[in-house]
Amino acid sequence: MALRNDIKKVLVIGSGPIIIGQAAEFDYAGAQACRALKQEGLEVVLINSNPATIMTDKAMADKIYIEPLTLDVVKRVIEIEKPDSVLSTLGGQTGLTLSMQLAEEGFLDSHHVKLLGADPETIHKAEDRQAFKDTMEKIGEPCIPSKVVETVEDAVNFAKEIDYPVIVRPAFTLGGTGGGIAYDEAQLRDISTNGLRLSPITQVLIEKCISGWKEIEFEVIRDRKGNVITVCSMENFDPVGVHTGDSIVIAPAVTLSDREYQMLRTASLNIISELKVEGGCNCQFALHPESMEYAVIEVNPRVSRSSALASKATGYPIAKVATKIAVGYTLDEIMNQVTGKTYACFEPALDYVVIKFPKWAFDKFVYAKRTLGTQMKATGEVMAIGTSFEQAIMKAVRSTELGVDSMNMKKYQEMPIENILELLQGSVEDERSFQVFAALKKGVSVEKIHEITMIDEWFLEKLKNLVELEDWLADGELTEEKYLLAKQYGYLDRTIERFSGQKCPMHKNAVYKMVDTCAGEFKAETPYFYSTYDDENEAEQFIARTDTGKKKVIVFGSGPIRIGQGIEFDYCSVHCVWTLKELGYEAVICNNNPETVSTDFDTGDRLYFDPLTPEDVDNIIETEKPYGVVVQFGGQTAIKLTRHLADKGVKILGTSADNIDAAEDRERFDELLEKCGIPRPEGFTVMTTKEAVKVAEKLGYPVLLRPSYVLGGQNMIIAHSEQDVVEYMGIITSHMIENPVLIDKYMMGTEVEVDAICDGKDFLIPGIMEHIERAGVHSGDSISIYPAQNLSKKIRETIIEYTRRLALALEVIGLVNIQYVVYRDEVYVIEVNPRSSRTVPYISKVTGIPMVDIATKIMFGATLKDLGYETGLHPEGDYVAVKVPVFSFEKLQDVDTMLGPEMKSTGECLGIGRNFEDALLKGLVAAGYDLKREGGLLISVRNSEKKEMIRIADKFSRMGFDLYATSGTASYLNRNMIATNTVRKISEGSPNTLDLLESGKIHYMISTSAKGRMPARDSVRMRRKSVERSICSLTAVDTAMHSPMYYCPKERLTTWN
Amino acid sequence: MALIRYASPAWLVLADGQIFRGKSFGATGTAIGEVVFTTSMTGYQETLTDPSYYGQIVTQTFPLIGNYGVNASDFESSKSYVNGYIVREWCDKPSNFRCEDTIENFLKQNQIIGLYHIDTRRLTRTLREAGVMNGAITTENPEENPETLENLLKQIRAYAVINAVESVTDSERHVYAPEEKKYQVVLFDFGYKRNIRQELVNRGCEVIVVPAQTSPEEIRELHPDGIMLSNGPGNPAENTQIIENLKEIAKLQIPIFGICLGHQLMALAHGAKTEKLKYGHRGANQPVIDLASGRTYVTSQNHGYAVVGDSLDPAIAEVSHINANDRTCEGVRYKKINAFTVQFHPEAHGGPLDTAYLFDEFISRMQENFRKEAE
Repeated sequence: MALRNDIKKVLVIGSGPIIIGQAAEFDYAGAQACRALKQEGLEVVLINSNPATIMTDKAMADKIYIEPLTLDVVKRVIEIEKPDSVLSTLGGQTGLTLSMQLAEEGFLDSHHVKLLGADPETIHKAEDRQAFKDTMEKIGEPCIPSKVVETVEDAVNFAKEIDYPVIVRPAFTLGGTGGGIAYDEAQLRDISTNGLRLSPITQVLIEKCISGWKEIEFEVIRDRKGNVITVCSMENFDPVGVHTGDSIVIAPAVTLSDREYQMLRTASLNIISELKVEGGCNCQFALHPESMEYAVIEVNPRVSRSSALASKATGYPIAKVATKIAVGYTLDEIMNQVTGKTYACFEPALDYVVIKFPKWAFDKFVYAKRTLGTQMKATGEVMAIGTSFEQAIMKAVRSTELGVDSMNMKKYQEMPIENILELLQGSVEDERSFQVFAALKKGVSVEKIHEITMIDEWFLEKLKNLVELEDWLADGELTEEKYLLAKQYGYLDRTIERFSGQKCPMHKNAVYKMVDTCAGEFKAETPYFYSTYDDENEAEQFIARTDTGKKKVIVFGSGPIRIGQGIEFDYCSVHCVWTLKELGYEAVICNNNPETVSTDFDTGDRLYFDPLTPEDVDNIIETEKPYGVVVQFGGQTAIKLTRHLADKGVKILGTSADNIDAAEDRERFDELLEKCGIPRPEGFTVMTTKEAVKVAEKLGYPVLLRPSYVLGGQNMIIAHSEQDVVEYMGIITSHMIENPVLIDKYMMGTEVEVDAICDGKDFLIPGIMEHIERAGVHSGDSISIYPAQNLSKKIRETIIEYTRRLALALEVIGLVNIQYVVYRDEVYVIEVNPRSSRTVPYISKVTGIPMVDIATKIMFGATLKDLGYETGLHPEGDYVAVKVPVFSFEKLQDVDTMLGPEMKSTGECLGIGRNFEDALLKGLVAAGYDLKREGGLLISVRNSEKKEMIRIADKFSRMGFDLYATSGTASYLNRNMIATNTVRKISEGSPNTLDLLESGKIHYMISTSAKGRMPARDSVRMRRKSVERSICSLTAVDTAMHSPMYYCPKERLTTWN
Repeated sequence: MALIRYASPAWLVLADGQIFRGKSFGATGTAIGEVVFTTSMTGYQETLTDPSYYGQIVTQTFPLIGNYGVNASDFESSKSYVNGYIVREWCDKPSNFRCEDTIENFLKQNQIIGLYHIDTRRLTRTLREAGVMNGAITTENPEENPETLENLLKQIRAYAVINAVESVTDSERHVYAPEEKKYQVVLFDFGYKRNIRQELVNRGCEVIVVPAQTSPEEIRELHPDGIMLSNGPGNPAENTQIIENLKEIAKLQIPIFGICLGHQLMALAHGAKTEKLKYGHRGANQPVIDLASGRTYVTSQNHGYAVVGDSLDPAIAEVSHINANDRTCEGVRYKKINAFTVQFHPEAHGGPLDTAYLFDEFISRMQENFRKEAE
């Protein structure tokens, strides 16, 4: 069959900014797709608004558009580029939906563009509820029985047909209000009566309740010849009811007999064959735990998060194979790259198990509802490979960086058994597996926990094995036998010592096994390894066998994606690896995130898929014996390893461990600033509430409070009063008394950020970025402009000079990120990070300076001069680039959307234009803001900001917006001659602000408050309401000031090559 | 956990002198056999009771075995024919609604010596590089006494799987009736898997299971509508009498369908050769290309020997299926007689059900015969 000859130029649609549910996995898939297309000699045009991605790199496509992913923009790209086809299945739901819209409108036909991967009919059959049901019915695949009813009698009759329990879901009530599970007719009458009353259209859906069933997934691939295979099966630890993205997942499925396994496998093949997908597809099933009954939950006719996991779990590159299929190849023509001898038309056999463990952001969103349900909440995930479930879950849990190295979580260890059981009986939360473990440890039986949670006994028994091992370790002498068994179960030396209270009697290094897709049946040369405690070290054999004489360098990755440490660090790690290869080194990657490009086994020369703790890393170093290691591109995860590695005598390439410490340690950093003559906002370190109050008074309010050693502004607040300080200190000291708290004077100035490269002598600033929001809003949540628009020559020069001083004083070899605040015409330093930062990919792309590439070369002795760069600030371009943060608030219930010193955004997108207004507009459109030129504006701001509101309100008013505000603000604005309607506060009874937001009259809300966070507060409730109603809510005065609805210029497209 | 703590040791001794020390499960003692590996991730029950494994020590490459326990309805024959069983880890607390017992109890009841807690990947890689090798599992320390080890090694090296079919075939006939009988099929029991019979019964066949040595005359007297040649163990060329019989049976012009050993015997009866593969095909993920349609199917396989495709006389038969990985012969269609055979297992159990359509083809061949007779 081979390559279709009617395909020459392909448009690839990316997935846009990172949001919960659509993360780095699509960069991994997209990058693989682009590479596969280029390999075929096809011309590739790419559109994606997310700059922090590998797929938007120059080398990935012939033409790259970093533009908003809206229908209009994609149409224009098609008109300009005239591709003959569009690849629909590799850009997540965003890419699929856009493709579908383009096809449905007839746009593709009229422009003679073919849709590759999944045709409109396929997408329709999979995405449309009724069409999907009909299709499944046609091929005899059971769906979850459900029916829309309008009366209680109909509900009862239908329930009789399908049997209790049933779920009642009222139509059009937010968050499922008024729904519930009915176990008998009386309950159903109750619930459905209530549900019908609450539903604005008096409709409820009655659905068979399958909670407690097993959730099983299959990744399936089909080609146009009709060949079908399954790549991998996966089983959820949590039964149906928890989103698979929020569940611990094990691959392959472990509790299914061959009969059950083949039944569901065959169902998957039947489904993909009927849908006629050409490429990858994901099928999710619910399987009754006590019978062979099953139901199809969902089918995704595209590459998904699960397919990224399946690819990494098996070594089978789903995205690459799916792309080749989309352009005409068949499975039997595509080589299995892993063995080099066999073909892609087979099913991987595993000789290990894989566990995926989700990573949530609840450490940042302390007030968010932690309940897990049908809406995914995890921001990222880790994967661990082991020869047993126990080993894999132990690895997974320490990879998630939760501050634990076993399944024991302190708060549950200390909790009485009744309380734990109560938690288990309640709704599922993110820490359920730790609660279960604590219950087992306290002697609750597997049967009882199974009865409460419906988690399969198999998983519970495995966890119980860990409990027993820990008890055994604590009991009597720590023998070598015990030690070795604990190692095989995945315990670190320090964990073993802690449980046994004794020194380890010996030390055993891990050995490495290869992930080879075939369980050892064929000889493979995949440089993809995981650790075990056996005797044979395949990595060592591999290194000896493939010895090139090149020096080896290890690059440590950044682990799971979380708020504050996202895909940007993977971008940097990957670029470092590429440069290392170019420089003639063997590049070795260690990371544990299955969603990323760095963990694609052909990115580096070798990949170690393992946790990034000191002992895990020591083992890798023992096997690799590298020339040196790179820590500055893997975010805080890698930086954390520096001290340990330096102590072990490992060569840290780039900035030294001592200097990294000098930037992170408060006292040493203060000394350094003093030496350099650079001011920073005045601040002190305190331990107690009393001290804190005293210091705050001395500094004068507002002050900034945060624990020392933070990441992404974790637990940081701005205190406006003594009361705030007391409340905050109360929270912090209850958690970790030993951790000092930093109090700084809060300066409400302009925030400026610089990423610089330094070779120890010269330094280069590719660009200065200015934040729209004043200091106080976390830099990751600010709209950032390049080049800076409002800085005087003097300020600019000061920033360049301070950057020089800091880079040289810290003897930076490589990258450094510095944050400044410009306050009353003075420049202060807020933070220095001697490593890569979130803005490196963005600034590299907009300035065209390959920062990571240069930094890597400098680590190996090159100078900026050698590489052809001047010292100082790089000349600015004649365009403006704006980075706009993207949030996932609609996925996170009860999180206050007000921006502050704690980072909240999950991703970002880029707008590039000829001027600031163009760029900002594009950035906002790309970020999903639905910009309006008229409508209603609701204003509710704290007193200190009322004055500034006048100008903003005036602008909105002149454009034709109707203004609304609560009494204080309204009368203030009215006094200033801006006509404003008064609306009641929530406490003043209906109709109030919430009702107004509900009414549809409001299109924008400007909401700031002195205090936030607590979900019960009025301001937080209003902001949550605006999220529910998709009303654009501006929570910083500056964002409102710059919101470009005043401009509405014509967008222009710029290619970014 | 407690499991490993209290388990007694066991060893695997390979013909090349390598020793793997692990833990004992199942029966105790010493068992010698041909050590092979299977890459199936599910279906251990079906593997253990597949008579084709007669004389072999089977290693599971998937590390966690016994997760769903054992149940009587998933057995492929009445007992286990393996000589020994090696896993990395077995599950003493299985979980499945059909689970009746643990895998260890099953091994004990069947007197099968098991070994666990060894690096099965290292063993697999050894077998892949060196080819299948004889070996022994023993619960008596072979390293204690050099003389005992030497003796054991001698026995190991002298071991050969012989008279395999004779050892597994039932000496009596059995008849299995469908709900509604449409066809009558003779199933040659060379060590057949139950699901071959079941697939036929499900399609309306009355199945007469006959001993492997049943003569052409006896078959003729039965007047079957079709003949099914089953899977089975051992070196196919060893079965000279059966091969002779098949030459005659083929002449009866009754539709014949052969699976695995049945496929090999049929080829041998028609002048082709068989060869021993280096380490065989054992697993549920083997890709097979149907040369007529060009489609590739994922199949379940368990064989150490294969038909040499080139040795088929093109006037008599042609290769219909090949293995996508090593291009060996996976199926034959006969030109002058109404017969087709496959090396893989369309009956699955364990493994993919993707090629079950071959049973339908067998049925339609019988139907076609009815139609012709009617004319």
